[in-house]
Amino acid sequence: MTKKQSIVMKYDASKILQRKKKSILEEWMKNQLADETLREDLMSNEDLREQSTELLDSLLKTINDNNIDNGESADFENVSEILSGISISRARQGFTPKETGLFVLSLKDALLQTLRSEISDNPEALYDSSMRVNKLIDTFSVVTFETFIKGREEVILRQTDEITEISTPVIRVWDGILALPIIGTLDSARTQVVMENLLQEIVSSGSGIAILDISGVPAVDSLVAQHLIKTVSATRLMGAECIISGIRPEIAQTVVHLGIDLSNIITKASLASALRYAFTLLHLEVRKVGSKDKTLI
Amino acid sequence: MIVVLNKENMLIVKEQDVVLFRNRLKEYAVKIGMGLVNQTKLITAASELVRNMIKYASGGHILIEVISKGRENGIRLTFKDQGPGIPDIPLAMKDGFSTGKSLGLGLPGARRLVSEFDIKSIVGEGTTVSIIKWKNG
Amino acid sequence: MDKIPILRMGRFLLVTIQVDLYDRLALNLESDLVQMVSKTGASGVLIDISALSIVDSFMGRILGNIGSMAKILDAETVVVGMQPAVAITLIELGLELKGVHTALNVEKGMELLHTKMAPIEESEEETSDSRVE
Repeated sequence: MTKKQSIVMKYDASKILQRKKKSILEEWMKNQLADETLREDLMSNEDLREQSTELLDSLLKTINDNNIDNGESADFENVSEILSGISISRARQGFTPKETGLFVLSLKDALLQTLRSEISDNPEALYDSSMRVNKLIDTFSVVTFETFIKGREEVILRQTDEITEISTPVIRVWDGILALPIIGTLDSARTQVVMENLLQEIVSSGSGIAILDISGVPAVDSLVAQHLIKTVSATRLMGAECIISGIRPEIAQTVVHLGIDLSNIITKASLASALRYAFTLLHLEVRKVGSKDKTLI
Repeated sequence: MIVVLNKENMLIVKEQDVVLFRNRLKEYAVKIGMGLVNQTKLITAASELVRNMIKYASGGHILIEVISKGRENGIRLTFKDQGPGIPDIPLAMKDGFSTGKSLGLGLPGARRLVSEFDIKSIVGEGTTVSIIKWKNG
Repeated sequence: MDKIPILRMGRFLLVTIQVDLYDRLALNLESDLVQMVSKTGASGVLIDISALSIVDSFMGRILGNIGSMAKILDAETVVVGMQPAVAITLIELGLELKGVHTALNVEKGMELLHTKMAPIEESEEETSDSRVE
C-alpha cells in the first residue's frame, strides 16, 4: 500500500463526519442560536432543532467517500428535497434570503470545525477533505437560494392576482348600465382581465350599456389601446354597447400619435357625460321633481 | 426545453370525429387549468384547422400533447394530412385570402388565437400545422 | 335524422342551437329556416346561441347566411346569447357577423326586432311625454 493510499484510508472524511454526528448537530445548533439574526419570532428553537436534525440525518446517511464533494449526486436527492422544502417554507414565512442561507452555511462551519479537530495531524489531508466538504455545501446553498426565490415568486404571483381582482370593480349604476372605473396602470394582462369581467357582468346583469372609465389611468400604450378597442368590439358583438370615458388629454395625444383609430368608439370626457349619454340611449331623461322642464340636470 | 407530459393521437376521417376531437381537447385544456377564454381560443383555432384538413385533404391525424416549458404548461397540437399541400404559404396566411368558398380566415385567424404557430407544406405530399397554446395565453 | 326545432312566436321564429352543427345539420337548418320564413311570412328570426361555447368561422358563415337569406325574404335576424369567451374569440379571429343583429337575450332580441319593423308599430315604444301636442 502506498503512503498516499494509507493516508486516504485513515482520513475518510465521510466516515469521520458520520461518527461525529451528535457533536456536529450541537455545534451547528450553537452557531445558529448564537447568530444575532436568528428569527425566534418566526420559528421556535425546537422546530429549528427538528429541521436541522432532519437535514443532518439525511446528509450523513448518504454521504460517502465518492460523493462527498458532489452536491449534485443522485445520492443526495433526498437531501435536496428536504433543503428545498425548508427553503420554500421559510420564503413563505417571511425569512430573508440571508437568514435562510445562513442555515446552510452555519452547517458548513460545524462540519469544517469537526474535520479540523479530527484530522489535526495532517494538514494536507485536512485541506483536501475541507475543500471537498466546502464544495458539497456550496452546491446545497445554491439549491437553497434558488428554491427560496421560487417560493417568493409564488407569493408575488398570488398577490398580483389578488390586486388585479380588487382593482377592477364593476358597478351597476342604473338598470341596464354598468360602470367600470379603472385605477392604476393598465397593462396588457390587466386589460384582458378587465375585458373578461366586463363581458361576464354584462351577461349576468343583462345590462345593455357598459361605461369603462379610465380617468384613473395615467398612460395607455398601443397594446392596451388595441385591447380596449377589442373590448368595445366584443361588447357590440354580443349586442350591448361600451362607452369609454375619462380619457386624459395626454392619452388622447398618445393615441393619435400612435395612429390608433378610435373613430368607431364612443368616447366621453367624463363618467358623468357618459352616463348622460347612456340615458339617452335608453330613452331616459332626468328631470327636477315638480317641474315640467325636460332639461337633463 | 419543451417536455412532453402526455400525448394522444387522433385520426380524423369524418365530421363526427371533429366533435370527439373537440371534446377530448377540452378535457385536456381543463385538466391543465386553462382559463375559459384561452380554452375557447384554442378549441376555435383547432376547429378551423381540422375543418381545413377535412375539406382539403379528406382527413388526417391530430397529435395532442400536454407540454411544459420551464414553469409554463400548455397544449401542443399537430395537424398532419396527406392532402394536396399549400403552394404559397405566405399568401394563405394573409387575411382575406381564400381558395375555397370560405372567407379565407382559417389560417391567419387561427394563428392570432394561439401562442405559437408553425406550418409546413409540400405540394402533392401534404401539410403539417403545429400550434401551441400556453395555459396563460 | 337530427333536426333543429324552429319555434314560432307570433311574427317571429325562434331557433335554439344547442349542439355542434356539422355540415349536413347546418345546411338543413338554413333551408328549414328559409322555408319557414317564407311559409309563415315571419318578419323576424331569433337565433339563440347561448349554449354554444365554440363559434368558428364555419358557424359564423352559417349565421351570416341565415341573415342574408332571411333579409331577402324581408325578415330581420337577431343572434342572441353570445357567450363572452365566444365574443372575445370572434374578435380575435377577425370574424365579422354581417347581415345579423345581436342582442343579449331573447327578450332584448324581440325588442330589437320590434324597432326594426314597420313604422306603425314604432310609436308603441315612445314614452307618453313625447306625445305630439
